[in-house]
Amino acid sequence: MTSEIVSERAVAGEFWRGMRLGFPVVVASAPFGLLFGALSVENGFTVFEAFLMSATVYAGASQMVGIGLFGQKVAPWLIVLSILAVNFRHVLYSAAVGRHLSGWPLIQQALGYHLLTDPQYVLTEREAEERGKVGFAWYLGAGIVVYVCWVAEGVIGAVFGSLIPDTHALGIDFLLPIYFLGLVMGFRKRPLWLPVVAASAVASIIAYKTVGSPWHVTIGAMAGILFAAIVPAKPDGEPLA
Amino acid sequence: MSVNIWIILAAAVATYLTRVGGHLVISRFDRIHPRVEAGLNAVPAAVLTTLVAPEMINAGPAEWLAIVIALLVSLRFGLMPMFLVGAAVLIAARQFMA
Repeated sequence: MTSEIVSERAVAGEFWRGMRLGFPVVVASAPFGLLFGALSVENGFTVFEAFLMSATVYAGASQMVGIGLFGQKVAPWLIVLSILAVNFRHVLYSAAVGRHLSGWPLIQQALGYHLLTDPQYVLTEREAEERGKVGFAWYLGAGIVVYVCWVAEGVIGAVFGSLIPDTHALGIDFLLPIYFLGLVMGFRKRPLWLPVVAASAVASIIAYKTVGSPWHVTIGAMAGILFAAIVPAKPDGEPLA
Repeated sequence: MSVNIWIILAAAVATYLTRVGGHLVISRFDRIHPRVEAGLNAVPAAVLTTLVAPEMINAGPAEWLAIVIALLVSLRFGLMPMFLVGAAVLIAARQFMA
């Protein structure tokens, strides 16, 4: 009896300790959560669709890419493939943290992987390093606060985004290219980054002018990817990340 | 259900597979072929570039100014400062250059 109460308290303590680590992530991601909601409406989403995407995909950059493509009337398979491509890095997080989560009951693991975002991955690696193990209560505390706020921000952004009268004056229509440029720059430490970006930029502009939208996305992306696959990188190139 | 909903759900499944897939699959392989790895490494930058470059063709001076300044900021600072400065320049430039 006593030990049950003690262990319940310990679980709650772990949950709160995780949650405190989640708060800075909430603050940093809030503008993007709101922006996603506002832009999704701008690109033809309903508020429910914005909610659904934030709740089920739950990966900020890929959601932005998704609505950017929705706005361009791109083929559905290409939208899904692009979201998959942007999210592919999770495979590495998953492979890396899997060993810390594998002792949990299956349902906890299933939920845990859904919450595995970039910051959650970093927090989990640090937790494993400092404590030697990762508990479910701690992990859920850190992850759930970010998740709930992210979904709420998407809905709030969508509701208020549809009320913005002059989206052009506020630059709403051009925020995505700026954001995407920031993401592109974030990858600049990767091998062959500049030639890949140059190949994709040139190919996508040529395709945009000749074949037309939305094929410039596929053609431009394939140009960069094939270039990277064909041109041998240094053997000590950065690992997949 | 609308096409949008199906696309969102398919994207959700694809994303979830990346989150469990590493643990289920990749950890069983010793290594990925270097060319495949190089190609995968290039995917995000390649896809994202195609969403920026053609926009530059359609854009005007206000957008170019915002992009160039955001680019410069991104050389030193993270995504958030870069984005906020870019947005601020864009809004200001559209007020005064339109």
